[in-house]
Amino acid sequence: MIVAENLSKVFTMGENEVRALDGASFTINEGEMVAIMGPSGSGKTTLMSIIGCLDVPTDGRYVLDGEPVESLNESELAQVRGRKIGFVFQQFNLLARTSALENVMLPQLYAGATMKERTERAKKALERVGLGARMDHNPNELSGGQQQRVAIARALVNEPSIILADEPTGALDSKTGVEIMSLFQSLHRDNGQTVILVTHDSYVARHTDRIIRLSDGHIVSDEKNPSPIKAGAARDEEH
Amino acid sequence: MLLSENFLLALRALKANTMRSALTMLGIVIGVATVVALLAIGNGATASITSDIEGIGSNLITIRPGRQMMTIRNSTQAQVGSLYYSDYETLNKRVVSNVSGISPAFSSSYKIKYGSESFQVSVTGVMEDYLPIRSYQIENGRGINGSDNDSRSRVAVLGAQTADDLFGNLNPVGKDISINGVKFQVVGVLQAKGSSGIDNPDDVVLIPLETGYSKLFGTSAIKDGRQTVSVILLSADSSETVDTVIGQAEYLLRREHDIAPGEEADFNISSQADFLKTMDTVTQTLTIFLGAIAAISLLVGGIGIMNIMLVSVTERTKEIGLRKAVGASKNQILLQFLIETMTLSLLGGLIGILLGVGIAWVFTVLGLITSIVSISNVLMAFTFALAIGLFFGIYPAYRAASLHPMEALRYE
Ligand SMILES: Nc1ncnc2c1ncn2[C@@H]1O[C@H](COP(=O)(O)OP(=O)(O)OP(=O)(O)O)[C@@H](O)[C@H]1O
Ligand SMILES: [Mg+2]
Repeated sequence: MIVAENLSKVFTMGENEVRALDGASFTINEGEMVAIMGPSGSGKTTLMSIIGCLDVPTDGRYVLDGEPVESLNESELAQVRGRKIGFVFQQFNLLARTSALENVMLPQLYAGATMKERTERAKKALERVGLGARMDHNPNELSGGQQQRVAIARALVNEPSIILADEPTGALDSKTGVEIMSLFQSLHRDNGQTVILVTHDSYVARHTDRIIRLSDGHIVSDEKNPSPIKAGAARDEEH
Repeated sequence: MLLSENFLLALRALKANTMRSALTMLGIVIGVATVVALLAIGNGATASITSDIEGIGSNLITIRPGRQMMTIRNSTQAQVGSLYYSDYETLNKRVVSNVSGISPAFSSSYKIKYGSESFQVSVTGVMEDYLPIRSYQIENGRGINGSDNDSRSRVAVLGAQTADDLFGNLNPVGKDISINGVKFQVVGVLQAKGSSGIDNPDDVVLIPLETGYSKLFGTSAIKDGRQTVSVILLSADSSETVDTVIGQAEYLLRREHDIAPGEEADFNISSQADFLKTMDTVTQTLTIFLGAIAAISLLVGGIGIMNIMLVSVTERTKEIGLRKAVGASKNQILLQFLIETMTLSLLGGLIGILLGVGIAWVFTVLGLITSIVSISNVLMAFTFALAIGLFFGIYPAYRAASLHPMEALRYE
C-alpha cells in the first residue's frame, strides 16, 4: 500500500527554486490501477520517482507497505526498487547490443538469482508479454511496441507488487499503445499487481480504475473511473 | 553477482568500443612490455658478463703496477710503479697457504710470422701455473711447463684465434714460427674461451717467461737493472680464502716496496669479487633506472585509462541510472566499473608481457644478447599493471556508483 502525505519536492538550481511537487497527498491500495495525468511540468515524473524510491521527497511522508521510506538508506532503497517496483519508461531504456533475454535478466542479476533461475524467469516474463519467439533479438532488431514489451517483461521479472510506467505509450502509435494498455490490464487483472501509469492521453487514462490529476505539483482531482475501457474490445466500439 | 559474470560484463562493455579500448590499453601494453623486455635483456647482459668474468679464472687475484701520487718539490705528480720478477719470487716463497697457483707474466706486442702469414699479436711470457690460473684448456699438444722455463726453450703455445689466423686448417703443433724474427716452435694450441669483448683471450701467444727475458723482450722488460713483470696472477684455493691471500700479498709487497702503512701503494691488487661487486652495482643502478622509466610509462597508461573510464561513465550515465532503477546497489555499480578498468589493465598487462617476451626473444634470435625472461619479473610487471588498474579505476567507478539514480535516468 502506498501512503503519501503532503509530499513536496523542491529542486534548487543556483538561485532558482522549482517546486516540482507541492503538498501532494493520496493513498493507493494494493491491486489498484491508477492513471496520473496533468500538463507538462506538473510534477508527474517527479511523483513517480518518489513512489519508485528513485528519489526522496524534500518534505512530507511516504510510507510504502507500512515502511516509512525516509528511514531507509541508499542500499535499502536499491533493494526496495529491485524487489517491490518494476519501472517502464517512455523511451524503453533497454541496453543496446544486449539481447531481449539479457535485458530482462538484468533485475534478476542484481537480486542475486542464480544463472538458471534468471534465465527461466526471464523467459517466462518474455512469454508473458508475448515475445517468447524474439528472446535473442537485440533492441535495434525490434519494433517500438516490441521494445516496450521487453521493457515490461523486465519490469515483471522480479515479480514486484507495483508497476510504475511513465508515459509507456508516449512513443508508440495508438494501435500499439492500446496493445500495451491491454497488457497492463491483464497484469493488473491476473497478477493483482498495482499499476500506476502517467499519461497525457485521456483515452489511455480511461483504461484505468482511477485518475489522479496534477497541476503545478498539486493534486487537483482524484476520481474513480467506474467503467474503465477494456483494451481491444472497447476500442473497436469507439471507432 | 559472480566475479566471472562481472568480468564477462566488462569484456562486453569493452568490446562495444573496441578501438577505444585498444588505444586505452596501449599505455599499459607499452609500459609492461618495456619492463619485461628491458629486465630480460638486462638479466641476459648481467649473466653474460658474469660468466665472462668467471671464465677469466676461478678465484683469480690480479696484481698490477699502480699509479702513485708523489710530492716532489711541492708539486704532486703521478708515477707509475713497477712490479718485478723478484716480487713474484717473494710471493711464491712466502705466500704458501691457500694458494693453488701463482704466475707472473710479461706481455708485449710483436709481429709473428708463419710462411707468408704475419700479423701483430700480444706475446706473453708465463710460468707453468699461468694456464690453470687463467683456466685455459689445451686443445692440442701441451702447455708451457717448468722445464721450458728452466732451459729457456724457444717454445710457444698459441691461442685458438691466433692459431686459426696463422695456420688456417693446418695443425700448428711442431711447426716453427717467428716472433719478432726469433724462431719458436709451436708445442700446443689452447681451447677457445670465447671473446669477453675487451681483450680477446683467444688472441694470444704464450711463451716461457725466462725464454722471453733472455731471447725476446730485451730491455723493454728491464727497469733500474731489474726484470719487470706486467702482472702477477694468484689463484686462491677457494672463494673464502681470496681475502686472506690478498691480505698476505699486500703485506709482503708493501714491505718489499718499502711503503709505510697508511701510504698509498704503487701496485693494485684486485679480485674477481671486486669485479663482480662493481658489476652488481652497475646492474642495480641500471635496473632502478629502467624500473623508473617503466613506472612512468605505466603511470601515464594508468592516467589514460582513468581518463577514458571517466568519459565512459559520463556516456553511460543513463545505463547506470537504469541499473540502479532495477535494483543495482552502489557497491554493485562500483564493482562493475572497477572490474572493467581492471580487465582493461589486465588485458593490457597480458598483451604487454607477450610483447615484452617477444622483444626479448628477437634480441636473442638476432644474437645481440641472450636475454633471460624471469618469472618473477613477469609477475612483478603484471601485478604492477593490475595495481595501476585498481588505483586508477577507483575514482571513475566511485563517480559511477555515486550517481543519483533519478538524475542519471533524466540525463540526455
Ligand atoms: N533535476 C531537476 N532539476 C531541476 N528541476 C527539475 C528537475 N527535475 C524536474 N525539474 C522540474 O520540476 C518540474 C516538474 O518536472 P516533471 O519532470 O516531474 O514534470 P512532468 O509532469 O513529468 O512533465 P512532462 O509531462 O513534460 O514529462 C519541472 O518544472 C521540471 O523543470
Ligand atoms: Mg515526465
